[in-house]
Amino acid sequence: MSKYLLDKFLYTVDRDAGLVERYRSDPRGTVAWWEAERANVILNCPEPERSSWLAFTDVEREALATHDYVTLFELGAHNFLLLTLFIALFERDYDEPLAFQREFAARLSHWKVPYPDIST
Amino acid sequence: MATVAAVIASTHHPFYYRASTSAGAERPPFADEWVAKIEAFRETLTRARPDVLVMVGSDHFHQLWLDNMPQFLIGKAPCYDANFYNEEREFGLPRMFVRGQEELSAYLLRAGIDAGFDLAFSNELRIDHSITCPLITLRPQTDLPIVPVYTNIFAPPLPQPRRFVQLGQTIRQLVEAWPSELRVAIVGTGHLSLELGGPRQFGPHGPDPEFDHKAVEWIATGDLKSALAEVSLDSLWLPGNATHGFMDFMLMMGVAGENATADHVDTLDLFHTMEAYFTWYPHGVPGPTGGTT
Repeated sequence: MSKYLLDKFLYTVDRDAGLVERYRSDPRGTVAWWEAERANVILNCPEPERSSWLAFTDVEREALATHDYVTLFELGAHNFLLLTLFIALFERDYDEPLAFQREFAARLSHWKVPYPDIST
Repeated sequence: MATVAAVIASTHHPFYYRASTSAGAERPPFADEWVAKIEAFRETLTRARPDVLVMVGSDHFHQLWLDNMPQFLIGKAPCYDANFYNEEREFGLPRMFVRGQEELSAYLLRAGIDAGFDLAFSNELRIDHSITCPLITLRPQTDLPIVPVYTNIFAPPLPQPRRFVQLGQTIRQLVEAWPSELRVAIVGTGHLSLELGGPRQFGPHGPDPEFDHKAVEWIATGDLKSALAEVSLDSLWLPGNATHGFMDFMLMMGVAGENATADHVDTLDLFHTMEAYFTWYPHGVPGPTGGTT
């Protein structure tokens, strides 16, 4: 289980307009590339000074590769990062303002507090 | 010594900028009422005639990240660029630029550490909508230098609510002891009940109106005793999964002081959240021209 790495994926994609589009159009390929090339880059260190140990579990990788935000929520991905990136990915596909955000809420409606732990 | 000209606490709603600047069919039906409330709120800062703003907010995973996460951080830089690509994308917020008040930053860091808060600092900080939203609502001309103070309300483990209150009390004491003739307004923004990325988000009003009404009463009357008795890191999950931002309101209650009744209180029940606006004048309510009435 690597909640930190899930959050790192959401965070680094969300802050890069090109990556947002790439993840929208090719989620599986983007996740594979990111895990191979970016997952171990320490964001405030030169790229060669990278970590050596970070990897997704199979469940995490599949949830990211299928844009499955319900499973990501259940795995403890940070709610703010999850919402922000998925608004960027899918809000544009809905005609009504906030329609995607409301569908997001409805798909999680089986959850009552306490929600999955987001601590990393 | 410096004068605390005003203490101001509010919610920060990133949709205000777009709502208030939109026209025609794009303008939401609640925009006019919202703008009227904000303009009245803005006047409470203008009347205080501040020279410098201490701005309390929280980075929303923009510059501060989980590989190196401070609990409390003060910006010490001559300038601050502001707002990020994803805030432009989602909220239509403009890129902004604000001057810093480095002398006050340096003083708060030194004196704050000596007072028992091991504060982190940043000499190159890009501020986000937790600080730019109140600039847009309260001081859109952005003509005053600022000292940003960031708190961690986002990435557990978080500091306890009482530490937010204590930091607010310390900031108030330190500003009042600052050897300067400047007038300082201390402005902080947080949230009432709020849900982001969960099943209760974007409802017809905030996720827990009962909490909101209770919280507004605590803030308006300076009821730190009740707030501290009822609020814990665990309890804040109940009103909504982003409600830990309420601890920034508790910090501002610490700045305002125990049992300090706010001189201006206003709320607006919007979809998704309740907005709330508070101003305290430690030295009496200033008249429209700045005299004390």
